[in-house]
Amino acid sequence: MKSLAELAEIKARMQNKVVLREGSGDVRVVVGMATCGIAAGARPVLNTFVEEVNNSGLADKVTVTQTGCIGICQFEPVVEVFEADKPKVTYVKMTPEKAKEVVEKHLKGGKIITDYTISNI
Amino acid sequence: MKELSLNILDIAQNSVKAGADTVSILLDETPETLTIRIEDNGCGMKEDFLREVTDPFTTTRTTRKVGLGIPLFQLAAEQTEGSFSITSRHIDEHPEDHGTVTEAVFHKNHLDFTPLGDVVSTITVLIQGSPEIRWIYRHSTDRGEVALDTDELKEALGDVPLNHIEVINWITGYLKEQYEEIGYR
Repeated sequence: MKSLAELAEIKARMQNKVVLREGSGDVRVVVGMATCGIAAGARPVLNTFVEEVNNSGLADKVTVTQTGCIGICQFEPVVEVFEADKPKVTYVKMTPEKAKEVVEKHLKGGKIITDYTISNI
Repeated sequence: MKELSLNILDIAQNSVKAGADTVSILLDETPETLTIRIEDNGCGMKEDFLREVTDPFTTTRTTRKVGLGIPLFQLAAEQTEGSFSITSRHIDEHPEDHGTVTEAVFHKNHLDFTPLGDVVSTITVLIQGSPEIRWIYRHSTDRGEVALDTDELKEALGDVPLNHIEVINWITGYLKEQYEEIGYR
């Protein structure tokens, strides 16, 4: 049975790490979470990014956040990737499977998946 | 929306945008009905805006002139012959006691009832997106209750942010275990 005591254990473990994830990322993954995004399936896309970024050991570098309507509702779920000194990458019509691929190939491997970007629609 | 939990996620985002520091998501379920109540202490809405807020052509968004979040939630309730209400107190008129309460009642046995779906995922997404807010979640059923208050978690966590992946995973497990314990679904 889970108890609040386990949170104290997480806290103790974290104190050994100097950098907490918050604010430390130089890469930002932003998922549109307005009505249009949610209705189109943004919730599992966001969850996949959160899980996979962590599973790939990218948590110190990549921050996953949410935003409202980006303005291109017909292409939801929309995900934007911001990286310092690089142009923004906009992925459209995302799914959990595509999100997994973006983490693997783009965030980890550094290669933009142009098949899923807006410029390709 | 395929699940009511997605409507909850959507409506709660309005509370986030209203600058609330506490948001309560309260579900009350009987064998016949499901009541979903979302309460916040955000800036609230003025009366003239409140009157029009269920109109799809009323919105706060700046990218489009359409806002479907509240109309969709209302429709989901009314199509089960349930009810919907929204009340609000604007910060200018009620500086001490402002905020919004949205409540919808659903008839679970109605043919057009949308299933609740993955409400645990909705709660974790909300906490992940806005860890600075105090989130209170309570789902009462005739078999027992599932509850979470992020203030209690924060006390145990100290400086560790609520949206740390390990904490998010813990919250998922904590809620799922509670649902299993009361034998929900």
